[in-house]
Formats: sequence, structure tokens, C-alpha cells
Amino acid sequence: MAAPVISRAAEQSPSATQKLTIGKALNLGLRTAMENDPKVIVMGEDVGKLGGVFRITDGLQKDFGEHRVLDTPLAESGIIGTAVGLAIRGYRPVCEIQFDGFIFPGFDQIVSQVAKVHFRSEGRLRMPMVIRVPFGGGIGAVEHHSESPESYFAHTAGLRVVSCSNAVDAYWMLQQAIQCEDPVLFFEPKRYYHSGALRAEVDTAVTPAPLFSSQVLRTGNSATLVAYGPSVKVCLDAAAAADEDGTSLEVIDLRTLSPLDLGPVFESVRKTGRLIAVSEAPANSSLTSEIAMRVQQECFYSLEAPVLRVTGFDTPYPPTKLEEHFLPDLDRVLHAVDRALAW
Amino acid sequence: MPPPEPTPMVPGSRTAAPSPHQVIEGLKATDDPRALELLTPEGERVAHPEFDPYLSDIGPEELKGFYRDMVLVRRYDREGNALQRQGQLGIWVPLLGQEAAQIGAGRALTPKDMAFPSYREHGVAWCRGVDLKDLLGIFRCSDHSSWDYQEKRFTPYTIVIGNQVLNAAGYAMGQRFDGKVGNTDEAENEATMVFFGDGATSQGDVHEGFVWASVYDAPLVFFCQNNQWAISEPTERQSRLPLYNRARGYGFPGVRVDGNDVLACLAVSRWALEQCRAGNGPVLIEAFTYRMDAHTTTDDPTRYRLSDELETWKLKDPIERVRVHLARNGLADNEFFDSVQAESDALAEQIREHCFAMPQPGPERVFANVYHDPHPVLDAQRDEYLDYLAGFEEEGVH
Ligand SMILES: Cc1ncc(C[n+]2csc(CCOP(=O)(O)OP(=O)(O)O)c2C)c(N)n1
Ligand SMILES: [Mg+2]
Repeated sequence: MAAPVISRAAEQSPSATQKLTIGKALNLGLRTAMENDPKVIVMGEDVGKLGGVFRITDGLQKDFGEHRVLDTPLAESGIIGTAVGLAIRGYRPVCEIQFDGFIFPGFDQIVSQVAKVHFRSEGRLRMPMVIRVPFGGGIGAVEHHSESPESYFAHTAGLRVVSCSNAVDAYWMLQQAIQCEDPVLFFEPKRYYHSGALRAEVDTAVTPAPLFSSQVLRTGNSATLVAYGPSVKVCLDAAAAADEDGTSLEVIDLRTLSPLDLGPVFESVRKTGRLIAVSEAPANSSLTSEIAMRVQQECFYSLEAPVLRVTGFDTPYPPTKLEEHFLPDLDRVLHAVDRALAW
Repeated sequence: MPPPEPTPMVPGSRTAAPSPHQVIEGLKATDDPRALELLTPEGERVAHPEFDPYLSDIGPEELKGFYRDMVLVRRYDREGNALQRQGQLGIWVPLLGQEAAQIGAGRALTPKDMAFPSYREHGVAWCRGVDLKDLLGIFRCSDHSSWDYQEKRFTPYTIVIGNQVLNAAGYAMGQRFDGKVGNTDEAENEATMVFFGDGATSQGDVHEGFVWASVYDAPLVFFCQNNQWAISEPTERQSRLPLYNRARGYGFPGVRVDGNDVLACLAVSRWALEQCRAGNGPVLIEAFTYRMDAHTTTDDPTRYRLSDELETWKLKDPIERVRVHLARNGLADNEFFDSVQAESDALAEQIREHCFAMPQPGPERVFANVYHDPHPVLDAQRDEYLDYLAGFEEEGVH
């Protein structure tokens, strides 16, 4: 039997607005989803007693019990594969992959079952599952802890892929992903989990933007920056810096990586004529490749410069003493902006 | 033990079924039923007819050598931890408490044998003759590692849990295919040892490694350091039964050894390697030990385990029992202990100095060694990035 559910969310804050980090917003989003639906269960390595290595599931096992927050054996294929069975049984599993680079032992289950059960069962079986992945670099970690594997999943039909970049989206998008009847890969910008600078007012009473929609975060007319996850902050910082030099940049947070919602990007590019796509993932055969292709197809006559990219290199993630070279930063983004403007 | 009586089903009054632990010989993963022990925590040498022959060449000098090994690697470990705390290393993965398991296993290997470590095997690295300085880059996050893997017969550390077990199985298959087992000239024979933790035993790669090694009679010793914890998860999350039992299902022997007893770890490892070299196929060793420190420097064990547990294990310290044995039996004097202490301080000093002097790698390193053969696309990417950086330098000059 699960322990009685105490609505800490409700207890803590009589008003609907709370100032939260991305990490705390995810935690509250999970808690709310678990309160709203007894079929929502959380599973992964160290998610119970420890609350996850990033503490995103902190306190959930204590409040919801060991049957709803499972410290699983150490095997990602096991976590994902059993979540498939639980979903067939009517649960809505939320799986945590401890770090991006450890999703690969579960890759087979994700590609062969999670992505295809609905298709293979002629739509009779649903796969309402969320796979949470802390992703990206910038945390000075050892190998396999800083990767951006999202393109593999966006490439796989049957999966939906999203990424949040701020606390409001963290709170809402996670709940929306849990409510989705299809499997959702949920990429979280781990380096900003506990960032005080990204702490934001989260209004838990508003109607959120649709999950599978991109959003313009800053308007401008010289060039458009499109990014997702941790790269959004880099773009916002770049736009702020460019503004001081009199260049006005539009910044779009992609939010949904599959399906892509490029309407706002097309509209923006028709206005600015220039697009720079930014992501930590290596460029080769990636989401930024797809964006560039679609934009040239839809906005060919509006483009004043080729679509440019600022991404990780086509290498494995380097030892992190070198990560400042690998990661797109303000300078590299502004350099690309200059190139686009000078074209 | 006879199986328990079946529980009668009375409608409306269901009694609890016996727990799996009661069904299977009353054992739990954490029970310590038959760990081989040759040197007790109190420093008593226990005779063992089967395993003593594997220690016939171990006299006072050798035992003092193991003591020195363990003190040095512990000192190294503590220095690594301190360097992380001082911001010189990005992270440290402590081996504290696992010295006997690693030195026992490491000293059983011969130069021809191959070893596949996980990420905590600093003690095994030491036994393989790896310069401990060469491990620092991994934790300083400045390189992946830099010893000569083929010469030392010690592969790079592996962080993805369980991956190296299958790789080791393949290597051992190769040893067998190359006719390096079962030769009458024993000097011709080889074996492989792979290191992994209790948590790793749940990974598919480890189970597949068991299967491959088994069906190909690969000369592979699976050396599992059961330190009771996989980050915050106790061994019961991975297994109902003590882990060494797993071997039986795959068709090879499994042994549990007191992982804090360097002599037992050495004897059992030598026996297991001998089995492998003779061509009898793999062996699983479960070294029952304890992770006395945090999982890594980023972990906070107070969130999930009680400090009494650590206190109990301190009484079984792997180094202390050897020290007591040596001192009590008059095999070593204070001069010896002092000299090992001094040597360990000197090692720590060297490691420190080396760490502080480690250069920041240059940006071209990002692109190095991704491929062996030239790769035009990546080469162009590198050149473009280096040009971009050079642009800043030019700006700086103006
Ligand atoms: C495939 C994979 N999943 C998750 C992790 C994160 N992780 C690192 S160590 C660890 C626990 C390992 O426990 P165990 O096998 O007992 O080895 P120990 O660390 O105790 O030596 C986990 C979950 C990882 N490195 N690789
Ligand atoms: Mg362990």
C-alpha cells in the first residue's frame, strides 16, 4: 500500500505562484502528476531514498511509497523494458535515466518496443511513458555524463521528444508529457537544475502553452536564434549582449524536438532573413541539420544568408577541461551572427 | 534444508506466502554464509587445506609487501579525495575499504594476464605497474587516461556499468582461440580478470558476459567487489541471493571470499586463474567488502545509510588486520611500519605535485584520436575552430 498522499504543493503555498529552480519545478511537476493520477509511477536508479543523484525526485518515495517510486536494479534496459510492461498494464511510468550517456543500455527497448508498441499493436496498446534524461555538458563531469543524444530519438518514429529550458516549462511540460498517450523522451538541462539565476515564478494555476509547440522568447529583427534545452540560455545571453551593440536578435525556444513545431521559426526567418541554430549536440545528422533543411525549403526566398549552426563538434564529448571549446558559447553564437549579417 | 510446507489456501483468510528468502535456504543477498577467510579481522591466520597451497610462497616479506601495497593505495586514495576537495580534481572515486580485494586480486595476476577494470580499481592499477599519476587525468577531466594498456595489460577505466564485462569475455575468448590455455608448459597459459561491482550484476552486459565466457570456456575470472552499495541502493535491490550463487546457473563455479582479507582474496584469485589457465572455463569471485567512503565525492551517503554500518566495518578493516598479524607475530617492527608510512607520505606528495603541474590541454585535443585514419570532415572542423580561436589572439594583439 502506498502511503497517504500529502499535498505538499498545496500546503506550502496558498497562492498559485512560487519561485522555483528548474530542479524544484520538475520535482513539483512530478509530485502534482502523482497526486492527480495514482497510475503515475516513478522508476530509476537511486530515485527513491536518495531522491535521484540530482534530487529531482526528492521526497517522492517518502510521500508516495516504495510502490510508486521504485529504486530499480541497476539496468537501463530493465528500467525501460519493465516500464513498457507496466504501461501495458495501465500504469504511466516516468523513468529516470541517471545521465544522458547511460541511456544506451536501454536503447534497444526504446527503439524496438517503446517506439513501436502502438504501431505493432495496430493502435490497440498505448505507451504513455516518459523517459526523463538529464542532458548536456558544462558540469565538469567525467566521461558519459555530458552528452546530448536527443537526435537518435528524434530520428526514431513513434517517439516524441521534448526539452525544457526554464522552470515554468519544467513544471508544465513534465506534467503534459506524463498526460500524453505516446511515449515522450524528456530532456532536462542538467547544468541549470539548481541555477539560482534561472529561478522563476511558476504560476501553477494558469493554462500552459501546448506541449508540442515552440515559443518566441525574445523578439528581434536582425537575425533569429533557435535553440532548445541548455542552449536557450546561451542564446538569450547572446541576444542581450548583441542588443547592447545595437543588433536585435529574436530567440526561439524549440521546446519540442519531435514533432518539430517550426511555424514560429519560419515566421521569424521571413522577418529576419537569417537563422542560427544552436545546440550542444554534434552537428552531423542532427536536429540542427533538420531545422536547416526545413527552413531552406520553407523560407528560401526570405533568406539573406545560409542557415548557420553553432554546435558541439563531431567528436565524442571531450574531457571536461576542454568542454568550453566544445560547448556553444556566447562568443561563438555572436560570431555566427556576425557572419550571417555580413553575408 | 527441506522446502517449506505449502501454505494451505483457506478462502477469505489468506496467510502471507513465505518470502523468497525463506524459500531459498533462508539466505539473503547480505548474509555472509561462507565467505572464505584466511586472516581474521583480529589478525589470526586460519588454516585452510584447500586454499593454503595457493599461499605456499607467501612468507613474512610477501605479507609485508601486501601491507605496503595497501597502505600506499589507501594513501593515494585519500590524497585523491583531498585534491578533489581542494578543487584540483573534478571528482574522486574512492576505494577506501576495498584495498584487500584489489591487492589480493591484483597480486594474483601475472604479467601475461589481462585485466579489465571498472572505475574504482586504483589498487589493481597499482599492481599492474600503472603509474598512479597516470590515473589523475581521468579525475581531473583533462584526459581519458594515459598508460600503455597493452604493455601493462590493464585496459582504460570503464564508467558505463557492465560494459567491460563483455569486452573481457571477448578478450578471454581470444586467449583461448590463440591456444593460451591448457598447455602443459604453464608459462604459455594466460587468463583475464574483469572487475565490476554488486550493482553491475544487474546489467544485461554482465549476464551476457557470464553466458559467453561459459559457452566458450573462456579463461575469465569475474571479480565482483560487493561493497554492499550501488550508490544509494543496497545489494538486496540487485539480488535475492548472495551474488556468487549466480555462477551456478551459468554453469561455472562461484565463490564468496572475505573481501577485506588480502590473503583470502589472493588465494582464491590464484585458484580461479589456475582454473582458467587450465582450460576449465570461467569462475566468479564475489569479494564481500564495504565501501567505507561515499560513492564518489559528489555523493552524500548520510541520506541513505546509517553510520553504525561504517563503524561495524571499521572493525574489519583490511589493513589493520595485516598490521596486527605482522606486529603480534613479530614479523615486522616499528621501523618497518614507519618506513611504509614515510613512503606513503612521499607518494602523496608526488601525486600532489604532479596534479598541480598538470598542463591544461590545448583545444586541438578535442579533435584528437576520434579516428585512427584521416577524416576530412573532422579535420576541416578542427582547422576552422583553430582559425576562429586564432582570430581572438589577433584581436588581442591590436
Ligand atoms: C549504464 C550506467 N548506468 C548508470 C551509471 C551511474 N552509476 C555510476 S556508478 C553506479 C553504481 C554502481 O554500483 P556498483 O556496480 O555496485 O559499483 P560500485 O560503484 O559500488 O563500485 C551507477 C548507478 C553508470 N555509470 N552506467
Ligand atoms: Mg557496489
